[in-house]
Amino acid sequence: MRGDDFGTARLPSSANNGCTVLVHISRSLSPGSAGVRMLRRAPPLHRALRPLPALQHRRPSSSSSPSPTHKPHTPPSAAHGHLPGAPRSSLTPELHFFNSVLEGEQIPTYRVLDANGNVVPGAKVPEVGREFARRLYETMMLLPSVDTVLYSAQRHGSISFYMTTHGEEASVVGSAAALSPTDEVLGQYRELGVLLWRSYPLSLIMSQVFSNADDASTKGRQMPVHFGSPEHHFHTISSPLATQIPQAAGVAYALKRDPARRGDVAVCYFGEGAASEGDFHAGLGMASVLGGPSIFFCRNNGFAISTPASEQYAGDGIAARGPGYGVYTVRVDGNDAWAVYNAVKEARRLALENQKPVLVEAMTYRVGHHSTSDDSYAYRAKQEVEDWKRVDNPLFRLRKYLESQGWWSSDEEQALRTAQRKEVMDAFQKAEKRKKPRLGEMMRDVWAGEEPWMISEQREELRGLLGKYGEAWEPYRKELERFEGGGRDVI
Amino acid sequence: MRPSTARYIPSHSPSSLLRANSHSPRPPRPSTPNHRRHVTNTIEPAPAGGHLPSVATSSLLRMTREAALRAPGLRWKDEPDALRDRDHEAGEGTDGARETRKMNVYQAVRDAMGIALLKDDSALVFGEDVAFGGVFRCTMNLAEEFGRDRVFNTPLTEQGIAGFGIGLAAMGHTAIAEIQFSDYIYPAFDQLVSEAAKMRYRTGGQYDAGGLTVRAPCMSVGHGGLYHSQSPEGFFLGAAGIKVVIPRSPLQAKGLLLAAIRDPNPVVFLEPKILYRSAIEQVPTSDYELPLSRAEVLLPGDSLTLLSYGTPLYHCETALSLLRSPPPSLAHLIPASLRSAQVELIDLRTILPWDIHTVIKSVEKTRRLVIVHEAGRSGGVGSEIAAEVQKRCFLRLEAPVKRVTGWDTPVPLVFEKFYIPDAVRILDGVLETLMY
Repeated sequence: MRGDDFGTARLPSSANNGCTVLVHISRSLSPGSAGVRMLRRAPPLHRALRPLPALQHRRPSSSSSPSPTHKPHTPPSAAHGHLPGAPRSSLTPELHFFNSVLEGEQIPTYRVLDANGNVVPGAKVPEVGREFARRLYETMMLLPSVDTVLYSAQRHGSISFYMTTHGEEASVVGSAAALSPTDEVLGQYRELGVLLWRSYPLSLIMSQVFSNADDASTKGRQMPVHFGSPEHHFHTISSPLATQIPQAAGVAYALKRDPARRGDVAVCYFGEGAASEGDFHAGLGMASVLGGPSIFFCRNNGFAISTPASEQYAGDGIAARGPGYGVYTVRVDGNDAWAVYNAVKEARRLALENQKPVLVEAMTYRVGHHSTSDDSYAYRAKQEVEDWKRVDNPLFRLRKYLESQGWWSSDEEQALRTAQRKEVMDAFQKAEKRKKPRLGEMMRDVWAGEEPWMISEQREELRGLLGKYGEAWEPYRKELERFEGGGRDVI
Repeated sequence: MRPSTARYIPSHSPSSLLRANSHSPRPPRPSTPNHRRHVTNTIEPAPAGGHLPSVATSSLLRMTREAALRAPGLRWKDEPDALRDRDHEAGEGTDGARETRKMNVYQAVRDAMGIALLKDDSALVFGEDVAFGGVFRCTMNLAEEFGRDRVFNTPLTEQGIAGFGIGLAAMGHTAIAEIQFSDYIYPAFDQLVSEAAKMRYRTGGQYDAGGLTVRAPCMSVGHGGLYHSQSPEGFFLGAAGIKVVIPRSPLQAKGLLLAAIRDPNPVVFLEPKILYRSAIEQVPTSDYELPLSRAEVLLPGDSLTLLSYGTPLYHCETALSLLRSPPPSLAHLIPASLRSAQVELIDLRTILPWDIHTVIKSVEKTRRLVIVHEAGRSGGVGSEIAAEVQKRCFLRLEAPVKRVTGWDTPVPLVFEKFYIPDAVRILDGVLETLMY
């Protein structure tokens, strides 16, 4: 990145902060930057050279580029270095390898509140009112209330599995608060906070984790925490990691094409571990080339089960990959609700304005175990977790801010905790008593339309087995009692 | 006997294929694909048609307008419902005004997608290199006609193409994705099997990928080697929730593809690539569908059921011709008593969920079954069908179910003639089963 004579763009100082810096960076790398203008002034050596068809093709897409300094491509003015693969690459006599966009420095992390909830000098707190701020905090607090009850429920064997969001409340709820309620969300599994922000009923959360007859998300078919609700524009979670990322590119393209959905974006959540899947590469590649308003939101919590981020990637996190796809990118303090809110709000604006994806990497820490099937102290020190909880707590940070505004008090804190716990326990106890779905749901919804013979025949086979062994075989008899109708819809 | 024999005996020259191509509106082009990672303009190897000389003259193809309009199961989709559901009476009523046009498979596929795009504003066609018309010309001029926002290239990523299509489908759009060769569908296997197939089930019916159709060229082409020849349909047998369809001809390709695009389930639509140019027949120009999950009895018989799909159906036809009137070189190998055997030839058409009723009905009658497919034997479609047939027809069967398939090797390049289940291997399987 030297060789000014050849007009290579210089990168700005990293003294600045946050997303604006990254916008600057991508602009400085764009064709309108000083370096490229210099190139254009150079005498054209090969006027006779006809632009390649591939170059002409690029014109329509590049003229819609968001950069205000951009001008339509002019025929190459130098003999080399303007091949179709990188038509605006300037030439340099200096052999220089690089392994990061910022040449040795890490991408900065955008922050509004410090660890004590004080506003960082120069940072802007979002212009939201008292009620909105309180609602954000209350929703962030509801998340650990639900988590704590359901985590211990799994420990007591009431539900088969659970995954908490401990430590990531600001990332998940803060981002959800910056979205429109009709934005399409495609999550990984640790995004219950989005549903809570969208007022998804606690009763349905409980129904899903208990797989009872009221489970609208999966009809008892998927593991706990695999929520979904078209009404809340929350696509049903599936276990395979990162599959939702290229799907989000398709959702964004659908939004772009649908006049009735102008103003909505596709929001795709995933962890830093999932970003190692091929589907991350596929999804970002598809989204950036094909367009459509989308936000790719990475929860970088430092661990993929036991694998620390240092064993996940060797580059500068996930954010460093965004510019590689030509995607506007920002890294944000994921434990700072206002930073996440501001970043996602701006990401949303950029995505809609440009009809292109934006990548947000929220740096946070997975305080809880990966899941109820994991004991994280097998691979990290308990003290480390306790330290993070204490020194960088997203709930504490926002509470301190609210208190500083006179919007929150310790009495209200106590009342909230009591009320939320009661609300969660009530929903829990109701769901616990409810029967499982009708047994026949096991074989429905596989194919739409005419039911294939194998399904019909296999249902008959099960009917025969249950008729024969339903009473005599104790494991069947006991299990059938738990289902709505005792399995009689099949028998 | 001689004249009809001449119709079936391989000529070992590509002349019949060239004749077929001369009907094409474009100058003949080698039937070989532009191998995707090395598109060249160099001279192609000998036409693959050398293996399939009978396609151009096959009696399985409908060469007249009347025959095309009488295709069993054909349903017009541009008529009021009352007129539409006439199934086997497609030759009646308003058909007098119906037009047909001579098309090859790629033209029929293109025609189907054109109708889908025309009638459904949410329909999109995308994949690698589809914008300029596709490496097999299946999307010729679609981008010009419907715009680059509806017919467009994607980056070279099969998992991305499938995932993108699923996202569109989840939003209620019609996604017609192309995987350039079915040999390259495996990177998308996770998206198709874990996501598309299971979406309706795992979401309790709240979301589905029913709007997704994935088209991919399949089967051997004479010189495709390991990665331009595969028949991956068997791998999808366990993917409950998906449909897998393979047409045998232009008329079938158009009708089945339109049905696949409009089916409320995700469909993997595999197009036998050697037939893109070589199979030519009259195809109705208007909007029609052929039913999914319905096999078609092509030739009636009561001595043996010969079941196949895609390219090998033409080898089956040739094998039956050899059986009826063997050339002198083979005559001593074919007992005279078997030459009058009436073999029932069935095109399975839909691999998943397959039409067990038609197959069982046929085997109940003939008591003998030979299954033919190009994919390797172990874990193939034949295994599934053989198991179900022996279960249901155990007391009726007079011979073991025979499977004539590719070997359990990768599809080899220079050995292809000895890999594929060609006419003589099918003939041998039929003889063995008849003589059991």
